[in-house]
Formats: sequence, C-alpha cells, structure tokens
Amino acid sequence: MELERIQYDNKIVKAFMIATVIFGIVGMTVGLLIAIQLFYPLFNFDFQYTTFGRIRPLHTNAVIFAFVGNAMFAGVYYSMQRLLKARMFSDALSWTHFWGWQLIILAAAITLPLGITTSKEYSELEWPIDIAITLVWVVFGINMIGTIIKRRENHMYVAIWFYISTFITVAVLHVVNSFELPVSLFKSYSFYAGVQDALVQWWYGHNAVAFFLTTPFLGIMYYFLPKAANRPVYSYRLSVIHFWSLIFIYIWAGPHHLLYSALPDWAQSLGVVFSVMLIAPSWGGMLNGLLTLRGAWDRVREDPVLKFMVVAVTAYGMATLEGPLLSLKNVNAIAHFTDWIIAHVHVGGLGWNGFLIFGMFYWLVPKMWGTRLYSTQLANVHFWSGTLGIILYALPMYIAGVMQSLMWKEFTPEGYLVYQNFLETSTKIMPFYMIRALGGFLYLVGVFLMAYNLVKTAYSGKFMANEEVDVAPLMKTQEAPGGYWHRALEHKPVLFTILAFIAIIIGGAIEMVPSFLIKSNVPTIASVKPYTPLELQGRDIYIREGCVSCHSQMIRPFRSEVQRYDPKDGEYSKAGEYVYDHPFLWGSKRSGPDLHRIGGKYADSWHYRHFYEPGEISNGSIMPAYKWLYEQSIDKSTTPAKISAMRTLGVPYPEGYEEQAIADLEKQAGRITENLKLEGYEVSGDAEIVALIAYLQRLGRDVKVKEDVATGN
Amino acid sequence: MYKNILQSIDNVAIWPVISFVIFFLFFLLMLWWFFTIDKPYTDMMGRKPLEDSNLDSIDQTSNL
Repeated sequence: MELERIQYDNKIVKAFMIATVIFGIVGMTVGLLIAIQLFYPLFNFDFQYTTFGRIRPLHTNAVIFAFVGNAMFAGVYYSMQRLLKARMFSDALSWTHFWGWQLIILAAAITLPLGITTSKEYSELEWPIDIAITLVWVVFGINMIGTIIKRRENHMYVAIWFYISTFITVAVLHVVNSFELPVSLFKSYSFYAGVQDALVQWWYGHNAVAFFLTTPFLGIMYYFLPKAANRPVYSYRLSVIHFWSLIFIYIWAGPHHLLYSALPDWAQSLGVVFSVMLIAPSWGGMLNGLLTLRGAWDRVREDPVLKFMVVAVTAYGMATLEGPLLSLKNVNAIAHFTDWIIAHVHVGGLGWNGFLIFGMFYWLVPKMWGTRLYSTQLANVHFWSGTLGIILYALPMYIAGVMQSLMWKEFTPEGYLVYQNFLETSTKIMPFYMIRALGGFLYLVGVFLMAYNLVKTAYSGKFMANEEVDVAPLMKTQEAPGGYWHRALEHKPVLFTILAFIAIIIGGAIEMVPSFLIKSNVPTIASVKPYTPLELQGRDIYIREGCVSCHSQMIRPFRSEVQRYDPKDGEYSKAGEYVYDHPFLWGSKRSGPDLHRIGGKYADSWHYRHFYEPGEISNGSIMPAYKWLYEQSIDKSTTPAKISAMRTLGVPYPEGYEEQAIADLEKQAGRITENLKLEGYEVSGDAEIVALIAYLQRLGRDVKVKEDVATGN
Repeated sequence: MYKNILQSIDNVAIWPVISFVIFFLFFLLMLWWFFTIDKPYTDMMGRKPLEDSNLDSIDQTSNL
C-alpha cells in the first residue's frame, strides 16, 4: 500500500496556545482583583470602569471563553488532525477562526467595562458580538466537519464525538439564548421575559458548563491522557457509554439552577432528577480516566504532565458529584446564592479545566518544539502552588458559604432574625474572602511559572510548524475485526452529527416547550404594570452597572427570606411579577441583600446618600460608591425606541405612548428631585441616579398596590 | 397555582409519557449496544491515540 505524505498544522495550535496563556493571566488577574474588591472596596478605585459589577463578567468571560476556549481549540486542532490523519480542512478557515475569536475577546474586554451588557450570565455580550460569535463558531464547525469528511481514518475515536457534540450544542445554546431585540447598536432586550428568560438562560448557563467546559475537555482527556500515560484508555466501551449518556442527560438538568424560584415545580423536579442521574456517566468517565493510569502510577509521581492530569480528572469527579448534591432541594436551600457555588465552579474551573490545560501544555510544547521540558522542577513547583491555590480557594469559600447561609436563616427563640442586618453576615466572612484571594494568587503565580517554563522550553528547541507524517490513504474496504451497528455510525459523520443533535435537542425541547406554552398562562397579577419610562431607564442603568452580580431579585418561599426581605407582608416572589422583565434579573449570588421588595423600604434620600458613599450609611459596607451617577445624564432620546422595543416584545404600552414617554419621564423625575430637595439634596432631574432611584422604589410595589392606595401613597 | 398552569396546557399529560418513552428506548439501545460490542473492535479503537504520530518515540519526560 502506498503511503501518502501529509503535514499537520502545528502553527495554529501554537497560536491558540499563546492566546490561552496570555488570556489566562489576564482573566485570572481580573479574578484576583474582584476577589480583593470584596474585602477592600477601595480596589474598585472609585472608577466606573473597574467596579465589581462591571468587571466580574469580564473575569468570567475571560477565563471561560478566552482562557479555556483558546485551550480547547488548541487541543482540538492538535488531536483532531492526528486522530483523523488529515490536516485541518482549510488553513484559511483555521486562521479566520483564530483571529475572529481573538477579536471577539477584544470586543468583550472593551464593552464589558463600559457597561455594555445583556446581564445574562456568561452570555453578557451584546447583539453585534453575539452575531460575530455565531459566525466564528460556524467557521470552526465547517473546518471541523470538513476535516472529518476528508479524513484518512475509517473510525472516529471517541474524542472526535465529544468535539462534534460540543460544536452543535454550543451553537444551539448560543443562538436560542441570544434571541434579543436590538434597541441601538449597543443595547438590546431579551426576547424572553421573566420566568421564561430565566429558564432559557439557565438551560444555556448549565449546558455551557457542560458543552464548553466539559465535553471538549473530555475529548481532550481521552486523547492526551492515554498519550501522556502511553497506554490505551482503560475501557473504550465505557467511554462510548460515557459519551452518549452524558450528552443525553446533561441537557435536561438546567432548571436545578432555579430551585425554589418562581419556576414551575415540575421543571425544578425534572432538573433535580436528571442532575442526580448525571453522577453515573460523570463518574464512569472519571474512573475511566484514572484507571487508564493502572500500572503507570509510579510515573505519576515523577511526571508533572500526569500529575496535573490526575488532579484534573479527580477534580472533575469531585465537581460532578458535588453538582448533583447541590441540585437536591434541601442542599440547594442552603447553598444557593452563597459562596458555596463559587467554590463549586472553581473546583471545576481551576481543577478540571485549568489543570488539564496545564498538563496538556507541558506535554505539547516539548513535542511541538522537538525538545525536552526546560525545568521539571519548576513544573512541580507550579503543580504544588496550583494545588495549594485550589485548596486555599475552595475550602474558605465552602465555610463562608455555609456560615453565611446559616446566619441568614438563624432565628432567636422569640422568632426574630438573629442577623437582621444583611451586612453583619457579610462582615463575618471577610477573613475567608482574604484567604480565598491568597489561594487565587498562588494559582496565578503558578501560571506565570508555567509561562516562563514553556517559553524557555520553546527557545531550547525548534518549532515544527508543519509536522510531516506518512499515512495510508482511506480504504473503503478497510474493516476492523468484528462488527456491529455503532461502527456503521462512525463511518457517517453527518448522520452521527444529526443523531447527537437529536440527543441534545430532545432534552431541551421537553424542558422548554411547556414553559413556552405557559406564555399566555402565567398567572397574571392584575396589579403588575409595565415600568414607567424613567424606571425603564433606571433598570437599564442597574443592568449596566452589573448590580445583578451581587443582588438577587428572587425571594424564595422560606420564612427566613420573607421575614428578611418583606417582613410586613411576607410575600415571596411570584412568577407573575416578572412578566415585563426583559431580561430577568433574578441573580445567582447574594453578596448584598435581595432587592425584589426594596421599593418603599427606604426614602429616596436614603438611596441618594447610599449610592454616593455606601460606607457612610452602612458602616463596613463592601458596596462601591457610584459617584458618576450624579454627574452623568440619562440619555432621554433613547426612551421612545426602548418603549417601542418593549411593546414589540409584548409589554402592553399603549400605541403612540412613545411620544408621551419623555414628558412622563421628566414628570416622574421632577417628583423625585422635589422629594430630595425637601430633605436638602439638590440634583438635576436628568441625573442617572434619579432614574435608578425610581427603578428601585418600584421594585416589589406592584403586589402591594392595594395597600399603597389604602395608605394614600 | 402551578397545577393550574399545567392543566391549562393542551394535552400536558403527553409530556411525561414522551419523556419516559424516549428515555426507556435510549437505555434499551445503550444496553443492547453494550452487550453486542466486540472486544477486538474496542481494543483497536482504544489504541487510536497511540498510533497517530511519528514523534511518539521521543519521550519528553526522560530528563527526569
């Protein structure tokens, strides 16, 4: 048989690797900064572009899409070419993908600090960038499927299946969750409202973790772990089961992010059941990874590559056991909205993704530069500083999370909350925040050591931009021993892709279709009315400043929550209250109190003073000061477009209300400024703070309209 | 309250049935596959990552 000489493209892998290291350092440095801001608010720098609310999404987007994303592409481009015995389908597409992705990251790095955000977690980027992401993702997909089609290998190894499922699922998730109506170039409103928006967002959020942070890295594990250990995967049979059951079950579990919320109970239960079932495939995969090292454990002691990979796979096992446990309603009642969740995601992010990436890079660089690792000792130091970093990160966060949650729920024998002031529960966990920052710092130091080590390694070798290999051309008759139907499937990548698509779409559809049917059936609360123009502008400022990063708007039906947030009426949050919320703003973490019933709780002047210097009103507050809100003016000219967009989305503003909207806005602003003037605070009606106060004073008022009328408010 | 929402959806009872049927079929298929798969094939597939490069003979950890 005549062999064919082909070249694997290493240059594109190198480019993605460099981007990974650079954005890893950037993303983690921002992470360290926001960790410090939580105990030293001084580090918000009194500067609007560096406040916690704006740069927290910068951190999450940078580490997920820039650090982990670029590493994923590096791993996929390297392993795919070799597993399929083919150069990538098109160099032009590879480089379009690379530069397109970096431009998207650049756009995110500029827009997020500017407050240009949709506020939906891990999907914050505004609509023009969403379109760019879709296009670049399609380029990646064409390049991948093209490579699969022109392969010289009959059988698709399981890693390729994971890559295919990643491509199609992320495409579906991104498109469905990004349905939004543009109001201007940098502003859009989510197509969905309230409960539906929450369901779609967490279907996305959960599965982004599954199909962006997990499946591609399982593919990478199934390729690089056997390579590094120099032995085949423990059980290929198990890996196939791992694949199909994981992609089939994962997609159903999204609603576990919304337990005890206003989401219908049946959807919550569905999320719990499927989350528990997920333990089986996840642990099957973890064991498969660890058992691959059977007989090679002596090498784990010496080889940093294997060390990183073993901890990565173990962290995968821990996070995928913890996830289902967190999805049990009784555990979730304690853990949700607390730092426990932050610990959980960082065991996954730092342990599973980070360590697998480091292991892969320590293996790849010597390989691609044809040399040996510059310093094994330095890599070991990196390993220990990273491991210690993860421990010092996660443990204090577990303690802080449980502690704070129990404080939120603690009652005196007389039936009063022990910690009536939310702030008391925050100040008590500050020491743990400090240790967490130290853990993050150690982890980051390790990344710097790796960068140095890899650069020195590269300089000691010679980069092979195009790696030449001799491969046999694809023989249609080439048959493997034995036979069964699944193999036929692997011969047909397009059919395979369609089946994988069906597997993921079934879960999504069954979960979401009923909730879309609910649209006209959400129990409407007659007194819930659309926001006034000024409140709408205020809500957009709330979104811009990222208030949702620290404040929830979802009072769960617990005695401790209704007593804390609505002591007078004891009203928890109802689905019908959110029908005009495009997007929903339930939040996922309470670094500050819930705000869903904040309206009317304090005077306008309280908010006015509080935003200017939170520490003066609440001693020890960690909230940044928002002084620019007093100087910047509301862009009133956008009001008609916003009203019109909301009407298109189904908010019942009367026809032609646009023309009256600005006048109404000014009237309401006038009332607030008069109120403030009576208490001695002079402010222009155009100032942004006025709109924000109007919005906050509206929150939770609709369900109390009767009472307001009775008291003459 | 949620009960009312569900009741007002046409044929809501079909959803759990569909879910169950799909699930059951899926796991039957999985079981069937599991018991029919042959070992030579899985052995061959398991070795795929180890046979894909000319450079595998270089042991980059040999400087330990």
